[in-house]
Amino acid sequence: METTVVESPVNYINHKHTVASWLLTYDHKRIGILYLIVVSTAFFLGGIFAALIRLELTTPAGDLLSADVYNRMFTMHGVTMVFFVLVPAVPAVLGNFAMPLMIGAKDVAFPKLNLMSWYIFTIGFLFTVTSMILGGVDTGWTFYTPYSSQGSESNVLITGIGVFITGFSSILTGLNFMVTIHRMRAPGMTWFRLPLFIWALYATSLVMVLGTPVIAITLLMLVFERGLHLGIFDPRLGGDPVLFQHLFWFYSHPAVYIMILPPMGVISEVIACFSRKNVFGYSFVAFSSLAIAVFGFLVWAHHLFVAGISPYSALIFSFLSFAVAIPSAVKTFNWTATLYKGAIWWKTPMMFVFGFLGLFLIGGLTGLFLASLGLDIHLTDTYFVVAHFHYIMVGGAIMGYFAGLHFWWPKMTGRMYNDTMGKMAALLIFVGFNLTFGPQFILGYLGMPRRYHVYPPEFQVLNVLSSAGASILAVGYVLPLFYFLYSLKFGEKAGANPWKATGLEWTTQSPPLAENFPATPIVTEGAYAYSKREMKVA
Amino acid sequence: MFSGFSLFPTQASTLAPEVDNLYLGIVAITAFFAVVVVIFVVYFAIKYRDDTGEKVGAPITGSMPLELGWSLIPFFISIGIFVWASVVFFHIVRAPDQTLDIYSTGKRWMWRFQHIDGQREINELHVPVGRPVRVVFTSEDVLHDLFIPAFRVKADAVPGRYSAIWFEPTQVGQYHIFCAEYCGTRHSGMIGTVYVMEQADYQAWLSGGGGLTGGTMLQQGEALFTQLACVTCHLPDGTGRGPSLVGVFGSTVTLDNGSTVTADESYLRESILTSQAKTVKGFEHIMPTFQGLINEDGVAALIEYIKSMQAGGNRVASAQ
Amino acid sequence: MPNGTIAAHEEHHGHHHPALQHHFQDLDQQHEAATLGMWLFLVTEVMFFGGLILAYTLYRIWYPTAWALGSEELNIYLGGFNTIVLIGSSLTMALAVRSAQTGAQRATVGWLLFTIALGLTFLVVKFFEYKEKFELHHVPGPNFQFEGPQSPHVQIFFSLYFALTGVHALHMIIGVGLMSTLTFMAYRKRFTPEWYTPVELGGLYWHFVDIVWIFLFPLLYLVDRSHHII
Repeated sequence: METTVVESPVNYINHKHTVASWLLTYDHKRIGILYLIVVSTAFFLGGIFAALIRLELTTPAGDLLSADVYNRMFTMHGVTMVFFVLVPAVPAVLGNFAMPLMIGAKDVAFPKLNLMSWYIFTIGFLFTVTSMILGGVDTGWTFYTPYSSQGSESNVLITGIGVFITGFSSILTGLNFMVTIHRMRAPGMTWFRLPLFIWALYATSLVMVLGTPVIAITLLMLVFERGLHLGIFDPRLGGDPVLFQHLFWFYSHPAVYIMILPPMGVISEVIACFSRKNVFGYSFVAFSSLAIAVFGFLVWAHHLFVAGISPYSALIFSFLSFAVAIPSAVKTFNWTATLYKGAIWWKTPMMFVFGFLGLFLIGGLTGLFLASLGLDIHLTDTYFVVAHFHYIMVGGAIMGYFAGLHFWWPKMTGRMYNDTMGKMAALLIFVGFNLTFGPQFILGYLGMPRRYHVYPPEFQVLNVLSSAGASILAVGYVLPLFYFLYSLKFGEKAGANPWKATGLEWTTQSPPLAENFPATPIVTEGAYAYSKREMKVA
Repeated sequence: MFSGFSLFPTQASTLAPEVDNLYLGIVAITAFFAVVVVIFVVYFAIKYRDDTGEKVGAPITGSMPLELGWSLIPFFISIGIFVWASVVFFHIVRAPDQTLDIYSTGKRWMWRFQHIDGQREINELHVPVGRPVRVVFTSEDVLHDLFIPAFRVKADAVPGRYSAIWFEPTQVGQYHIFCAEYCGTRHSGMIGTVYVMEQADYQAWLSGGGGLTGGTMLQQGEALFTQLACVTCHLPDGTGRGPSLVGVFGSTVTLDNGSTVTADESYLRESILTSQAKTVKGFEHIMPTFQGLINEDGVAALIEYIKSMQAGGNRVASAQ
Repeated sequence: MPNGTIAAHEEHHGHHHPALQHHFQDLDQQHEAATLGMWLFLVTEVMFFGGLILAYTLYRIWYPTAWALGSEELNIYLGGFNTIVLIGSSLTMALAVRSAQTGAQRATVGWLLFTIALGLTFLVVKFFEYKEKFELHHVPGPNFQFEGPQSPHVQIFFSLYFALTGVHALHMIIGVGLMSTLTFMAYRKRFTPEWYTPVELGGLYWHFVDIVWIFLFPLLYLVDRSHHII
């Protein structure tokens, strides 16, 4: 049955109009939109760097960019995409917008802190952009010492400080979300009635709160090491450059889960909605998020198998890396089983989910290759790794982000985008993505090292294929910009619940009221109670 | 553009087939799972398609047997892969006993190789086919990584310590050497070639004296040992102010804090360059540090010389 | 009632407490949220110091001699005095929270001022310790000087000493700032036994900063002193 929602002409977008009302807002929905703007800017910036990289690599010689410029390009591509797109995309944009709505709260627990997080994020981004304008940085996004502390002559300090600042935005957002999920749920919204997106955000917040301070202090040590030459990471003074790698990956491996867990949560939401049934094995999906978050902290040294760690510790980290794959596999199987006997509605968000399933599957399974010690020796630092993490972080995380954006866009803006165009974008991205990164697995096994500006001619065929794929991918990523912007003005009115979905966010009008709900909702059943609806069973 | 194009790297060492079998094994296992999932997704997506959006799905919430099945089966398969991969790993990291040792130093942006017999090469490495070779290397500046795809071996070069790779070439030919750890501007120019030669050709190359300067590493090491006055303290009979170095290589050394270390190349290197780091039990802490006084080639020569000091006269030099 | 039906939730507060923010249902919820937030913040702080202490531990295992030499350069009396000062300030802080809880406004202000005074004492002593290190060229960097072969490793010790105590001192400075704000709020009679959350959270923060010092003091000042003190 459908509840009729009394639409008020006043909503969170049009109740105040001034620029100041946006820049000083405490409203989680508006802050979500603010993040959307910055994250999209960063995404296109990072995309331009990627385009230049792929263009350079169409020929074996270094003919388009100089070696120095090329190194800056891949570094800034990595820094921008990791810290300013992948980490914030789903939690800060979609999480901020949808999470309080989904648990029936008026706002997050600390709205002022939430706004502050956005400012911190934006200032960090501006620092990083400044470093780019001043000539960029060439250390790789991993900032490995001693190159970053002594070797490099680029703007390591400013970039390092920019990322350091941004870290606090992550920490505060994680803290805010955890408290919100603990304390702000509507009456009746028990833990096991929570939508799985909320579970995923909770697990992510845990990682943000526990992991980000470590990268913050590590970058601080790097900044001081570079500025004052203290010797902490300098072998000539008795320091240990590999210690940096341990500290860096202690955050940055869990950070992979910051990037992938929230999109996984989005997938659970969208797959339930467009299969019109419960997520199969709800509690297994929920707890697998927590398992991933916890195990994620125990596998960092699998990035260091060739860095000179003892073979016995390598054994342990390899084993734990296999273990962390299991909860991801469980999720995938549960999503597949969710489709069984569903009533599958082929709408744009669902197309992105299909894309996600295919790409995440490949990304996850190729992770097993890298967890395998004997194979990782050959594969690490080659294009195999590049392909693997792009399948997870772009194929998985960005696909999930796009699924979520297409799912909640009508709620955010009150307008429908063109469904056919959306499906076309999903298809272009899927095809382009596989063509871009598929050949890179083969390149990697052939031995092409990553971060190579020039390469031996026998690798050219696969590189040309990859660059061709990237151009299709680029079209797929630019397309939504047009139909989203078009929908703002000309899109059909969405109404409160265009997808006929369950979930509290769909019970209020689109766009929602400034205070979310006319009155606090009371929850009486689980998140995906499609089968209780008075509709025909498929 | 298609010259030399292939989809699979050359197998040119004894390790390569092992690694490749592991690779193909995992490809088979993962491809099976991928295909199964894709078939189910596509089949369900088409079979249960309903574009009205008006229907609802069957009220299925989950199944404990299925959950256990698809948790435990992948888990056991993972353990299988883990064990297999770890066996291969130990073959890669554990060099056999009798190896031909070669020293190498990475610096931006070149690889320098130093043979026991004194030959030096830059970005080229000549080795004989059918003999286990071990390359012991370090870096003079930032991180590098010695990677020979045809042999399936790789290790980071970390300044201040030694790393090692070993391989037994099985096929005569020329293969790429890459630097696989990003090291700055001309990282992608830090590449070289391994020349795997027939034994006879290799001997000819050795005696051809390409780049031969200053005698064998043993001779250089011996000269340095005298020149740096090591000989005044490290008396062979153990009566000097420093411990005797006869037979020290490969032995277990007890330090003044009670811990023990195995005297391998890394230990000797550290003891020469930063002597204050570890002091042998029963000796004064008086040895000066030689950091900055000898270069990497000199350290390697000294180590080779120390390795040669075995009880009962010089050991048979491994190069012979 | 199906999920998502919007039921008018009875608004059970005739008038709101002035400190209640609109997005909370009641003061209890607000208090619980704030407290949980503070605890989570302290967890992030533990991880923050944890990274430094991990580096400290590794280097101490590698270079025990340098650690002993470096540690002996530190003034154990000043460090010990500061430890006592901070433990005392934790007591005054606890008393400030207690006073706020019982609604004793004047006592709250008094104990907060006392806490600030002790915090400032700590910082002043720390300043003189730093000054001495500066004069002895024990500050890491180009001007670092230390006799003997252990010099580079002692520099790492001092790097970590300054990193750990510097970050701690920064927390103390922020703490003194927070306490001043709380004092002002207490002076303006903003706290009641019903609502004194800021004082409680300030207390949590202050105790945390104290505990960090309780770890730092033995880690930095008391390395391998046993055979020097009879």
